[in-house]
Amino acid sequence: MSIIATKHNRRSFLKVSTAAGGGIVLGFNWALTGCSPKDAAKIPAEWHKLNGFLKIASDGLITIMSPNPEVGQNIKTAIPMIVAEELDVDWNNVIVEQAPLNTDVFTRQVAGGSQSLRHGWTSLRTTGATARQMLVNAAAKKWNVDPASLTTSDGVISGNGNSISYGDIASEASRLEVPEEVALKDPKDFKIIGTSRGNVDIEEIIAGKPLFGLDTYEEGMQYAVALRPPAFGLKLKSFDDSESRKVNGVNDVIQFGNKIAVLANSTWAAIKGQKALKAEWEEDSKLESTAYHNEELIKLLNTKADEPRRKDGNVEAQFTRADKIVEKIYEAPFLPHCPLEPMNFFANVTAEKAELKGPIQTPERTRKQVAEVLGRPESEVFIDLTRMGGGFGRRLYGDFVVESAQISELAKTPVKLVFTREDDMTAGTYRPSSKYRFKAALKDGKMTAYQLVGAGTNIGNATREDNFPASAMEHYLVESHNMSSNITTGAWRAPITNFLAYAEQAFLDEVAEELGIDPVQFRLDLFEQAKSNPTGELKYDVDKSIGVIKLAAEKGNWGKAKDGVSQGFSSYYSHNTYVAEIAEVRMDGNTPKVTKVVCAIDCGIVVNPVSAINQVQGGIVDGIGHAMYGNFSFANGQPQMSNFDGFRLIRHGEHPPTIEVHFVKNTSDPTGLGEPSLPPSGGAVANAMYKATGVRLYKQPFVQGEINIG
Amino acid sequence: MAIFNLNVNGNQHQVDVDPDTPILWVLRDELRLLGTKYGCGIGQCGACTIHIDGNASRSCSMQVSQVADKKITTIEGLSEEINHPVQNAWRTHDVPQCGYCQAGQMMSASALLSINPSPTDAEIETAMRGNICRCATYVRIHEAVKTASQNL
Ligand code: FES
Ligand code: FES
Repeated sequence: MSIIATKHNRRSFLKVSTAAGGGIVLGFNWALTGCSPKDAAKIPAEWHKLNGFLKIASDGLITIMSPNPEVGQNIKTAIPMIVAEELDVDWNNVIVEQAPLNTDVFTRQVAGGSQSLRHGWTSLRTTGATARQMLVNAAAKKWNVDPASLTTSDGVISGNGNSISYGDIASEASRLEVPEEVALKDPKDFKIIGTSRGNVDIEEIIAGKPLFGLDTYEEGMQYAVALRPPAFGLKLKSFDDSESRKVNGVNDVIQFGNKIAVLANSTWAAIKGQKALKAEWEEDSKLESTAYHNEELIKLLNTKADEPRRKDGNVEAQFTRADKIVEKIYEAPFLPHCPLEPMNFFANVTAEKAELKGPIQTPERTRKQVAEVLGRPESEVFIDLTRMGGGFGRRLYGDFVVESAQISELAKTPVKLVFTREDDMTAGTYRPSSKYRFKAALKDGKMTAYQLVGAGTNIGNATREDNFPASAMEHYLVESHNMSSNITTGAWRAPITNFLAYAEQAFLDEVAEELGIDPVQFRLDLFEQAKSNPTGELKYDVDKSIGVIKLAAEKGNWGKAKDGVSQGFSSYYSHNTYVAEIAEVRMDGNTPKVTKVVCAIDCGIVVNPVSAINQVQGGIVDGIGHAMYGNFSFANGQPQMSNFDGFRLIRHGEHPPTIEVHFVKNTSDPTGLGEPSLPPSGGAVANAMYKATGVRLYKQPFVQGEINIG
Repeated sequence: MAIFNLNVNGNQHQVDVDPDTPILWVLRDELRLLGTKYGCGIGQCGACTIHIDGNASRSCSMQVSQVADKKITTIEGLSEEINHPVQNAWRTHDVPQCGYCQAGQMMSASALLSINPSPTDAEIETAMRGNICRCATYVRIHEAVKTASQNL
C-alpha cells in the first residue's frame, strides 16, 4: 500500500477531481452516450457521480469513463480496469463509456506513442482510490466509526459488524469533500490488474453493431467525397463539374482550397460524382519521384553533418587502425498507414457551433486546428469520439477532420466526409523514406568503433543516438540528415525505430558474424560493457536489456534449432519497453517461410494479459509484413500504389503460425505496449533468412511483387 | 434508379437505387445494416464479406442488380443471439484489436465451415487469405476458426 496525495499533480489529477461531489446525475441517457449495459433490464434511473471518471448507481452498477481514443490498442478495457481495481469493485458490474473530448475533466486524450497507460497509471489509480475513500468515508460517517476501521471488497464496505454496498452509500458519498490523500493498493493485492479481461466492446463487434466513424448516420446528413490533387506538388487550376452534377443523387459540388467536394444522398453517388469530375492541375512545387529521393538521400549519407547527434571518443582514429571495416547501407521506402477503416469524419457546422464526430487519435489538437480554420473559438467546437478502425499514426493528423468542417461550413449541411481507399492511400501522410549507413571498425576480435549516419524525408532526427550500442562503445558517432520534401510525412507505428531497429539489428548480426561471435553473446558482451564501464551518458536500463535477451534466448531455444530451421535474433528498446525476439525460418522450396517468433518483453506491470499478447503479436506480424511486402513509390509526385492490389499487406497464412509472448514479471509501472514489439521483428526475420538463404537483406521490402528473395 | 427486391437476413426489403450500386452501399446507406464494412471497394480486403446463397462474397464488387432474388446474409443475420460458433469462438479468443475487419473475417470463416466443417490449417489459410486484418490478429483468427470448427 502506498499513500498518495490526491492533488499532488495538478495537471493530471486535479482536473479530474473538480467534478467530484457533483451530486446526483438523473436520467442518464444510454442511447445518447452509446455505452453498453451488460444487462439492459438493470439500467438504473439514478446515478451518483463521484468524479469525472465514474458514476455509481443505487443498484451497484458502476460506469467508468474511458477518456482516451480507442484505436484497437484496447485502452477502453485497460483504463477502466485500473480505475476499478483501486475502487475495489466486481468487474462484472462495470460498464464502460467512451468519453467525448472534454479538457475540463480529462488530460491527454490522445492515442499515440504507446503512452496512455504510462501517463495515466498513477492518476487513474488515484481516481479509483479517491472514489473508494469517499464511499468509505460516507459509510464511516453514517455508522459514526473511524474510516480506518472499514474495509472494502467487490463493491461492499464492511466493518464493526456493519456492511453496505457502494450503491447504497453513493448518494451520500457524492456530497463529501474529496479526501486530501488516499492509499493505493500494493500491486500484490491486485485482483483485476494482471488478469485477462475480454474486450469491453466484444459483443458489439461480433454482432456487427455500428461503432466506427464510418458508421455515423445523422439526421439530414449528406455524404461527401472529395477530389484532391493527384500528385504532391500540383494545385487546382480549373474544373468542370457538369458530368458530376448529372449523377443521380448528387446534390452539390463545392471547391474548398485546392480540393473539390461532391455532396450526395449516398456514399456511392458521391463516389460516382467524384469520378465524374474533370479537373486540371498545375505545377505548384517540384514533382518528386522515388529515384530523386533515393539519389538525394544517398548524397546526404555521404555528407558530413554540421553537428553530430552524439559523439564519444574518436571513431576516425579507430577506422584507420582497424583490421577490418564493415560498412553497409540500409534502405526503406515511404509507407502509407492503411488503417482498414479509411479516413472519414462527420461535421455539422452551424452559426452556433461546430459539432464533429469520428475517429481521431488527437481530438484536442484537432479541435484547435478546426477552430483556427473556421475562425471560431475552441469553445464552439465539439468533438465526439468513435471507435477507430485502426490508426497506426495516420489518425494523429486531423487534416480530414478539418476538411469535413470546411465542407459542412461551405455547403451549410451536416456531412459525413468519406475517403475511398484510393483517397486514403494517395492523399496520405506517409512514413518517411529513409536510409542508414553503418560502419564498424573491427580489431583483435572486437568491434572498436561504431558509426551511424541516417537520412530521411522530413524525418527530423533519423536516429536514436542514445540507444544501444551507445555507452557500450568507447568510440561512437551518430549523425542525422533531413531532406525536405513536399510529400506529407508523419508518425507511423513506432516512428523512426520501425526501420532503424531493423537496420541496426541486421548490421550487428553481420558484425557478429565477421567477428565469429554468436550474435546473442555479442550483444550481451556489449551490454556488459555498458554496465561495467559506460561511455558517455547511459540512457537505457542495461539489466532490463539483458533480461529480455536472456529470456528470449531461453524460451526460444537459441542455438538449438531443429533440423531445417534457421534462427535469427534481434532486440530493441523503444517506448520505454525492452524487447527481444527470435524468428525461425524454414525453406519451403526456394521460399523462406517464417514459422515461429518467440518474443520476450519487459513493459512493467501487464494490465490485461489477453489483450497485451494480442498487441505484441500484432506488432510482430505488422513489422514482418511491412518488412517483407510494404512497397510504396512516387513518380512525378504521384503515388504509384492506390489500393491493396498494388500495395501489398501481409495476409493470413503469411504470418508466423506460432508467436510466443513471454512477459518479464515485475512490479514496475506499465510502459508502452502498442508499438515496441514491431521494431525488432524485421531484423529477427532478416537475420534468420540470412541463415536460411545466405543472402543479407539491406532493402525493404524483402519481397518485390511476387518475386521472392534469394 | 430502379426498384429492387432484396432478401436480407430473412427479411424482404424494397430499395430504389441505381442498378450499378454495389450491394455493400445498399446494405449500409439504404438498409442501415452497418456491420458490413468498406475497406477497399475492389474485392481485395474482405471487410465487406457477406453470404450470397450461403457463399462468402465481396459485397463491394457485386451490383445490387446481380443479387436481387438471392438470399443475402450479413453479420447481423449470422445468428439471433450472437451465438454462432464462429462468434462464440471470436469471443472466447478475444480476437479483435480495432475490430473493423472482424465482421468480414467471421463471414468468411462461417462460410468456410458451412462447406468444410473440419478444415486443415492450409484450408483455413486459403479460405481466409482474402480477408486483410491490418491489426494483424491472424494468429487469433486462425485459432478461433479451429475452435469454431470443433463446436459446430
Ligand atoms: S471492401 Fe470489399 S473487398 Fe474490400
Ligand atoms: S482488428 Fe483491426 S483490422 Fe482486423
